[in-house]
Amino acid sequence: MAATEGIKQHHSTWSPYDNNGGTCIAIAGSNYCVIAADTRMSTGYSILTRDYSKICNLADKCVMASSGFQADVKALQKNLSARHLIYQHQHNKQMSCPAMAQLLSNTLYYKRFFPYYSFNVLGGLDNEGKGCVFTYDAVGSYERVGYGAQGTGGTLMMPVLDNQLKSPSPLLLPAQDATTPLSESEAVDLVKDVFASAAERDIYTGDGLEIVVVNAEGVKREFLELRRD
Amino acid sequence: MFRNQYDTDVTTWSPAGRLFQVEYAMEAVKQGSAAVGLRSKTHVVLVCVGKANSEFSSHQKKIFKVDDHIGVAIAGLTADGRVLSLHMRSECIHYKFLYDSPLPVGRLVVQLADKAQVCTQRSWTRPYGVGLLVAGLDETGPHLYQNCPSGNYFEYQAFAIGARSQAAKTYLERKFETFPECSRNELIRHGIISVKEALAEGKLNGSNCNVAVVGIGEAFNTLDSKTVQQIIDSLEDRADEPPVDVAPVEGEQGAVQDDTDQAAAPMET
Repeated sequence: MAATEGIKQHHSTWSPYDNNGGTCIAIAGSNYCVIAADTRMSTGYSILTRDYSKICNLADKCVMASSGFQADVKALQKNLSARHLIYQHQHNKQMSCPAMAQLLSNTLYYKRFFPYYSFNVLGGLDNEGKGCVFTYDAVGSYERVGYGAQGTGGTLMMPVLDNQLKSPSPLLLPAQDATTPLSESEAVDLVKDVFASAAERDIYTGDGLEIVVVNAEGVKREFLELRRD
Repeated sequence: MFRNQYDTDVTTWSPAGRLFQVEYAMEAVKQGSAAVGLRSKTHVVLVCVGKANSEFSSHQKKIFKVDDHIGVAIAGLTADGRVLSLHMRSECIHYKFLYDSPLPVGRLVVQLADKAQVCTQRSWTRPYGVGLLVAGLDETGPHLYQNCPSGNYFEYQAFAIGARSQAAKTYLERKFETFPECSRNELIRHGIISVKEALAEGKLNGSNCNVAVVGIGEAFNTLDSKTVQQIIDSLEDRADEPPVDVAPVEGEQGAVQDDTDQAAAPMET
């Protein structure tokens, strides 16, 4: 045997994670919140299904949309739903959206060293009935914002949302609310436009769009088609 | 005679083959204020009398929601009852997490009974001093179970536990054959009337009487005190309701009395 032959390095090709693609967004209004996600679930360059919901109703006034590894997303949703049941038993009421936001952050950080591969956006109404949106990274860093987008098409959508919704500089007085002054139907139309645009260029976003609107009357769901290519 | 020699540990049998500590635990249940459960083809109702420590305090909470489809009424050591209810809640949540469906009532009751049995066979734990009436609805319909500190459980059409429960049971015995066909509101009425029998003194009103219902199309919920007061008032208005004359059974008040449905043990001398 030639002495120059070395031992081949065998790097592991197995990963516990997979990215099922897709995009989620949420927009907060003065008395409503719109949460939307596409319904395509993919792996690699293949489509697993055109009809998968990334949105979960965690509480009366709190809805979560998550893209990333859907097995982790499902586990995260189940975890939070169980915790919400415990909360209801102990406090005799539903969790508020800000409370759920903190719980989600803690749950994600709990697995800081084997994270949930889940990019979340939480939307709902706060204790005063105003729309609120919280945006997260995979390990629980979160912030309350007026609008947010996560997932494969997030970077395509965010600039458009910034253009339409971004509040004037926080340096300007009087302080402006983070929630958009748009009406509910205007916000929903914006969501539809933004998803149609992202579906043009992001291969992982498309097939269908699920829109959930949370307002004082409750939770409304709408579904429409997107590009299937 | 032999009681005092063999009643120190739960792990000591008496010569007659009895575990006195377990029986004493069941006594604790009889000292608690009354709880009544009754079942129809579509609903299960729990009615309790809440004791209040003093005029200033609130009434004891005796009914706990365990899940949307299960609730429990307790009699005896309230703290033990609360702890068991919390355990039942976590069992239901765990089952739902694993199987995405509601925990069948019979399964929960068996788990609870096994938990109680453990305490009858360890020298370092005491038996739970609380009796539970578990009311629930699952695929096989509405159910009412009783759980004892001994680790036994029984299913019932209607039952009562706690102080002066015999008076309530006598009323139930007369009426229970009509229960399967009863409507939800009639069932609640029967429950409240039977609990009235178990009241020693004072009047039943919306604050000392807790009523909870679970049924087909209705998640487990406790009625608010105003609604309960209305039902109690309407009971008194009903002139056609024949007066229920039941002589209270004498042995109830503090003397040790074996219920016929517990383990068949002879009266001690």
